[in-house]
Amino acid sequence: MPFAVQLVSPERVLYEGDAEMVVCRTTDGEIAFLPGHVPFVGALGVAKVRVILPEKGEIAVAVHGGFVEVSGDHVTILSDVAELPEQVDVVRAQTAKETAAARVAANAEDEEAQAALARAELRLEVAQAA
Amino acid sequence: MAGGQERILKRRIASVQSTKKITRAMELIAGSRIVKAQQAVHAAVPYSEHITEVVRDLGATGGGVASPLLTPRPEIRRVAHVVIAADRGQCGAYNSSVIRAAEGSMNEQAELGRDYALIVVGRKAESFFRYRNFNIDHAFTGFSDKPSYEDARAIGQVVTADFLAEKFDMVELIYTRFVSAGSQEVVRRPLVPLEREIMAGGDGKPAESEAGTVGASYEFEPAPEAILDALLPRYVEARIFAALLNAAASEHSSRQRAMKAATDNAEELIISLTRIMNRARQDSITTEIMEIVSGAEALQSGGVSRGDVFDTPMSLGDPQ
Repeated sequence: MPFAVQLVSPERVLYEGDAEMVVCRTTDGEIAFLPGHVPFVGALGVAKVRVILPEKGEIAVAVHGGFVEVSGDHVTILSDVAELPEQVDVVRAQTAKETAAARVAANAEDEEAQAALARAELRLEVAQAA
Repeated sequence: MAGGQERILKRRIASVQSTKKITRAMELIAGSRIVKAQQAVHAAVPYSEHITEVVRDLGATGGGVASPLLTPRPEIRRVAHVVIAADRGQCGAYNSSVIRAAEGSMNEQAELGRDYALIVVGRKAESFFRYRNFNIDHAFTGFSDKPSYEDARAIGQVVTADFLAEKFDMVELIYTRFVSAGSQEVVRRPLVPLEREIMAGGDGKPAESEAGTVGASYEFEPAPEAILDALLPRYVEARIFAALLNAAASEHSSRQRAMKAATDNAEELIISLTRIMNRARQDSITTEIMEIVSGAEALQSGGVSRGDVFDTPMSLGDPQ
């Protein structure tokens, strides 16, 4: 039995559809949801969310923080910044990755640069998976 | 002279006509943007609904969750006002009604002996309050007609940070709510501390509880308090974002209405000016005919024959 998945950003609903399983990473660790999961609320980290479709294939989404709510037969992912693979600007992510990596190399304590690097890497990972 | 009057009127009509073209263009632009702004308002609804639901789910875990953003302060010394107006004018009473509401609220607070803090959005609100020497804590401009979530986030961060730093004890949001294309209203909403009621609606059960899931309570990861800490600032941002979108839609529709009125007025003005111009021209023609006729009569009575007048016009002015 598939369940309904909704990926919602503040500006619009990014994705809506059925899925067999949803895999995401909360701030505590990786978690997968199957239909019939107990009601769940979690805070998401900067990570890839995988939506496994009923008929083969999966959708990877770059989620930069947000929340996941599982309730009955639907999963809702709320995120201020989330991108589907086709929305990722690969060139921009690549240059962002390079500048962030340079800054991290110059100063390993630079948390802002580390976060920027993680975001750029996530974007590239999602874009390449598609 | 009568002919000069006609020329002046003609110039004036041309000027009104070009004004009319400009206002018409602005009307059409605003009209097309209303639709987009309205869609943006609708598109933002699912997110704010869901985030409210998550807040409720957390609230349902019992009285255990507490956050400074939810706790009303025992003593309120300073109230922040987030005033959302437009960057540009040409939109009727839109800006002034928001500003008036904000001033009214600040006066009310002053009567209660409370200080104010001002966070203004939109160039018009900023220049109004700056000109009158209000203390503006933060000003955000340049996006009133097309706000993005980034803008809402910037405002939300300032609001939550200053609130948590106890720079003020309460935050009010003043903006124009978009009810429909024909009606908008200025509203004042408490923003922070968040109303307890938003938490009260949760019952700890899934929104659409089925027979099998009734009574099931939520699992949280990380702990509810940690989620709440991350969630409430987002909730504040979502509320601000919704207000910005409503304000943008209201701005466009106020502008469309104001520009339609301006176009109609220009049209009316053109009609009445044309009428005055035509009368002036008729007057000058009549005067000229009168002059010719009386001139001819004067010549006739002076002993010049009809034939002389019309056959030798060159001699008209010559004394014989």
